[in-house]
Amino acid sequence: MSDQYHHQKIDGQKLTNKAKNVPNNPLSAALIRTALKDAWLKLDPRKMITSPVMFIVYVGMIVVFLLVIDPNLFGSTKVGRDYNLAVFLVLLATVVFANFAEAVAEGRGRAQAASLRKTKTETMAHLVLKDGTIKAVPSSTLKKGDIVRVREGELIPADGEIIEGLASIDESAITGESAPVIKEAGGDFSSVTGGTRVISDEILVQVTAGQGESFLDKMIALVEGAVREKSPNEIALTTLLAVLSLIFLVVVTTLVPISRYLGVAIDIATLIALLVSLIPTTIGALLSAIGIAGMDRVTQFNVLAMSGKAVEASGDIDTLVLDKTGTITYGNRMAYEFIPVGGAQQKDLIDAAYLASLYDETPEGRSIVDLARKKGAHIDEAYVSGAEGIDFSAETRTSGTRFQDGTVYLKGAVDAIVNKLTANGKRVPGDLQASTERIAKEGGTPLAVLKGETLLGLIYLKDTVKEGLKERFAELRAMGIRTIMLTGDNPLTAATIAQEAGVDDYVAEAKPEDKICVIKEEQARGRRVAMTGDGTNDAPALAQADVGLAMNSGTMAAKEAANMIDLDSDPTKLLSVIGIGKQLLMTRGALTTFSIANDIAKYFAIIPAMFMLAMPELKMLNIMQLATPQSAILSALIFNALIIPALIPIAIRGVRYRPTSPDRLLARNVAIYGVGGIIIPFVGIKLIDLILHGLFGV
Amino acid sequence: MIDLLMIIVFVLLVTVFMIAIGTYMYRIFFFTEAPFDRLFLPVERVIYRLSDIDEDASMNWKTYAASLVVTNFIMMALMYLVLRLQAYLPLNPAGIPNMPPALAYNTATSFITNTNWQAYSGEVAMSYLAQMLSIIYPMFTSAATGIVAAVAMVRGLTGKSPLIGNFFVDLVRTIIRLLLPLSFLVALILVAEGAVMTLKPYVAVTTFDGTVQTIPRGPVAAYESIKHIGTNGGGFFGANAAHPFENPSPITNLIHMLSMMLIPSSLIYMLGLVLKKKKQAWVLAGAVWFIFLSMFATVYISERLGVPALTAAGITGGNMEGKEVRFGIAASSLFTTVTTAATTGSVNNMHESLTPLGGFVPIAQMMLNNVFGGVGAGLMNILLYVLLAVFLTGLMIGRTPEIFGKKIETHEMKMMAIALLTHPFIILVPTALALALPGPVQSILNPGSHGLSEVLYAYDSGAANNGSAFAGLDADTVFYNTTIGTVMMLGRFISIIALLSLAGSMGGKVATEGNVVSLRTDTPFFGAIYVVVVLIIGALAFFPVLALGPIGEQLVMWFH
Amino acid sequence: MFLKALRLSLVLWVLIGLVYPLVTNVFAQVLFPYQANGSLLEEDGVVRGSLRIAQPYTGDQWFHPRPSASNYDALDSGGTNADVARADYQAEIIARADAVRDESSGIVQAVPNDLVTASGSGLDADLSVPAALAQVPRIARATGLSEEELSAIVARHTVGRELFLFGEERVNVHELNQALRERGVR
Repeated sequence: MSDQYHHQKIDGQKLTNKAKNVPNNPLSAALIRTALKDAWLKLDPRKMITSPVMFIVYVGMIVVFLLVIDPNLFGSTKVGRDYNLAVFLVLLATVVFANFAEAVAEGRGRAQAASLRKTKTETMAHLVLKDGTIKAVPSSTLKKGDIVRVREGELIPADGEIIEGLASIDESAITGESAPVIKEAGGDFSSVTGGTRVISDEILVQVTAGQGESFLDKMIALVEGAVREKSPNEIALTTLLAVLSLIFLVVVTTLVPISRYLGVAIDIATLIALLVSLIPTTIGALLSAIGIAGMDRVTQFNVLAMSGKAVEASGDIDTLVLDKTGTITYGNRMAYEFIPVGGAQQKDLIDAAYLASLYDETPEGRSIVDLARKKGAHIDEAYVSGAEGIDFSAETRTSGTRFQDGTVYLKGAVDAIVNKLTANGKRVPGDLQASTERIAKEGGTPLAVLKGETLLGLIYLKDTVKEGLKERFAELRAMGIRTIMLTGDNPLTAATIAQEAGVDDYVAEAKPEDKICVIKEEQARGRRVAMTGDGTNDAPALAQADVGLAMNSGTMAAKEAANMIDLDSDPTKLLSVIGIGKQLLMTRGALTTFSIANDIAKYFAIIPAMFMLAMPELKMLNIMQLATPQSAILSALIFNALIIPALIPIAIRGVRYRPTSPDRLLARNVAIYGVGGIIIPFVGIKLIDLILHGLFGV
Repeated sequence: MIDLLMIIVFVLLVTVFMIAIGTYMYRIFFFTEAPFDRLFLPVERVIYRLSDIDEDASMNWKTYAASLVVTNFIMMALMYLVLRLQAYLPLNPAGIPNMPPALAYNTATSFITNTNWQAYSGEVAMSYLAQMLSIIYPMFTSAATGIVAAVAMVRGLTGKSPLIGNFFVDLVRTIIRLLLPLSFLVALILVAEGAVMTLKPYVAVTTFDGTVQTIPRGPVAAYESIKHIGTNGGGFFGANAAHPFENPSPITNLIHMLSMMLIPSSLIYMLGLVLKKKKQAWVLAGAVWFIFLSMFATVYISERLGVPALTAAGITGGNMEGKEVRFGIAASSLFTTVTTAATTGSVNNMHESLTPLGGFVPIAQMMLNNVFGGVGAGLMNILLYVLLAVFLTGLMIGRTPEIFGKKIETHEMKMMAIALLTHPFIILVPTALALALPGPVQSILNPGSHGLSEVLYAYDSGAANNGSAFAGLDADTVFYNTTIGTVMMLGRFISIIALLSLAGSMGGKVATEGNVVSLRTDTPFFGAIYVVVVLIIGALAFFPVLALGPIGEQLVMWFH
Repeated sequence: MFLKALRLSLVLWVLIGLVYPLVTNVFAQVLFPYQANGSLLEEDGVVRGSLRIAQPYTGDQWFHPRPSASNYDALDSGGTNADVARADYQAEIIARADAVRDESSGIVQAVPNDLVTASGSGLDADLSVPAALAQVPRIARATGLSEEELSAIVARHTVGRELFLFGEERVNVHELNQALRERGVR
């Protein structure tokens, strides 16, 4: 797991859409058609009751429907059937719009699930029986613990661990990543996923998940929203919305005897209109859509969140615990500088380094060639022909090239080269020591370059911090999030990399077990911690962390301990996931604020309208100058309904989020959704009133 | 112009006392060593020994709340006994008979809940001993109960432990170190200014006109001082703080108002000291003052404008009906604002005779119940709305909302929901009930919108544990005695228990160290958000009934 | 816990309910006996009222206190609780204002509000200065004292705002009428 990060620009702002089967347009026509249908199907009372706010609207709608049939059902009234019908239709629209919002969000997940499900077709598995014979059985009959053989070209029938063999596997069905990955028995890269295809070699796999519990099953259920449980914050918010609704229910119910005391009879349809206008229907209608869409955004990032709680928690992260290798740095050391010693020419050193690395196919070797070329290394094609490579071995700790003229170019660990020279009684340049130390101190690795028996100089190999990360960490710091780097390097090296990457803190000479200690320490200070991991020994830390992001390439143990899995196995995804979590919470807060702020205008529309006949002086409160009482009530109600579909795009996409300080975020959102929430309905209700009165003569 | 200067000086005086007493309370409740230990500790030790109290044991919220409720009910029983038996007990020079059971129950409930709703008139219904043992006594203990509940809540929100202190110790320290010394000093100042303080009997005199007048007296000053310091509010006499013996001069009036503001404001300052963020205290105090001053301006201007029909008839000077000349419109309006902000319930003018918009102010403040609020209960309600404001806006910075570094989660929201729902519920439901039944409607003095205000005011006052009234309503009926009694109980104990539970669960949480990421609650911006949340959430529930009551009546008076 | 709560309640009962008021009483009686006992007005050793409690001075020769909801019954303190927005209330006040104008033989036109409205306690012994001056023409006619002298009496007994800020300028009816008695008015 190293090469694939090389050229990946880390940029959370652009939510690159990798999962190929998800429509790029968030609100495609097909999606809307399906959602419209679903919106009606969701009128089932058993489904409606899950949202207390919308359930009140629903019950109100049914009552008004009865009043359409018989306007005098609850005592005689002057109000006509037309008015009741109008109220009923607007209430119906309110409920359907709310259902539509949820259906749209679900539809997007379902599209993704459908594409996953295609891979979940019934396959034949080759079950290895106890006596070693092989029997073909349908994959659906496999149980946990069964062993199956999978050959080139076959689909892996179930989730499992490779117990024998090595194979390259195409996981594009799940990850959308076309490059195959190598998996082998033992170690951290042994887990395979049902539905992926072996494209070379043959493996024996022990099944780890029975039918219906496989990774793919879980994934389908998750993206479909079928197993959606309300997250803690969502429950808290639902509680608040429920209590606000209850308060307004009390307000509206008690208004009947209170106004009757003053000789004012309020008809039921108007009362229900007032109630529906006041309870926070906007957020009530969009709340579940926001949650589903949040999960969906994570999924589009090719990260699989095991629960909405995990997505939410990622918004709360105070501390990131990151491995240096693979996360902060590219993990492979790259040539950074050529340092001649003993009076050798720079040009000679560059050429020698180049020649010594001709046959070195490791990333290090390639980086030496690249750097040498960049620095103007020049070699004679003819000279090179017929040369042969000297492979690296643990014994010599050097590698190089032997040319036809017998010259040997070697590069390797400094002490290995020095030993070789001293053994042959050759001189070691005096300034070698100082240069070696300098490189080590800066956190790099020196390689000595030998031409024949002459030590020309050093190649400075450096662990390079990923492009764009420093800026990213600075952003995180502005948001108040600390980053802690864990590395096995010595403190000196660790300090250098830490400074270069701009992390806030680091733990040097860290063992894998240290991760959990760091996490616990941070948590004891009330901080929420996120980390990434892939190995089995990461599993406890992944479970301990508030957000544990496991790499899909990692072990099953790691994946099971984590609450998120990155299908691309890119540890820096964590940064983007945090943004999505924040966006989710922000969207909820913003729309709740908007919803509640709307009530002010609605009161000024409805209250004077209700009592103007009995107390004409109350028309002073009709500051919007709405035409008639009925028009005022209908306008408020229609605004209340229309605002739901108008806000669906925000609910689905989330409110705009830029990493910045909390104070500025708050000021911006309060200005838009708070102040806007007070002003917009005044304008909207007035406009609707003009239309109703002007065009329809209400 | 002088009136403007008066209000500025008043705010400054309150602020000075707030700093002094807030600092003192911080020392009493958050340190083992406090000022004047040499004087107070021996007294406290004797009380602990007599009551078998272990002063070092800290309680979880459940034990704390249970001790609070049990102690209050025992005290209530003692008070009830004296009211029922006062005719047989000493210190009854006027020969006042025993109180009937329903009224005695209503009175005991009223005073133990810090409401001080009075369905009786002190001159004719209570012996001196009953005034002392059944009224002065709960005036101290109910105030102390409120204070210690608020202190416990602050401990939970800011502390590191689910243990939130020892109720008994807190109660004793509050009474011995704070309430008794202050009440004693203030009482003597009141006497110097003309308040009565005697155990001598009523005097019957022949007036200069030859008529007979019986002048009631009693231990008034000792009663008046704690009545205001503890935001209790019940009058020794029927006319309450409008009575010349309770509130003889503009100076005593000022002392009464400062006394009422003293502890509610000091608790805010104490919170700032506990948080080691005085700015937090200033922001909250500023936000609360903003609402307070807006309310004062409303009642003041409305009373100055007076009644248009009277002005047109050449009657000058605004609306003086029900007001005393020595206070005038400014000091009466300020007193009205103070007494319903700090939910004391004492009155120096008759609220029923305020202009409708003037009457709107006390009603609205009791509905909000957090414009400073009563001793302790006020801070608890302020914190409730701070939590609510943090929850609503905190989400908008993309984090689970946090208060003082601790997350507001499901349990907290449930407890907040209970506290939030209770108040409108116990105001609106009984109001609607009273107005729907033929009997209770008979108690209304001024029918129509004003009658609605009378009934609304009664339950609003009970729910907010205020105790003042639109006194025209004849509330000494079985219906009002029972329903208002119940409302006072629920208004007092439901929110205390819910918020102590919230405090307990917050106490068990680890606060995030360093608050770079959190929503900052100590900025003027948050102060503004707090005000808006209070006005929207707190007021939206009451807008319809206010529109039909005082607002509607005022519009009719102006534009009819 | 119940026993602790009971014992503590009893201890505090004695301390607060008995010790505190009794101690305060002793201090008040020793330090400020006149105020503590009700600021009583004596005439020839006989108590005739309290300086702070209004009495019904009904004759035309006296300064009248403000109207009282309880007709100056000190055992029934309180206001009228009138709803000032009501027409019948307004009519009553306007009638009183007209009476004040008539008594002054039309000299008074602007009637001070406090003179025609009831106080909160029903026992308010104070008048605003305009309310006292509005009665001067009537009293002059009834007593033969000059309007100038009566106005001077009012001025002499006028108390300003406390600390120049708090309360209102006012004059005590008992003191005014005492001054009249000193001039032989009966």
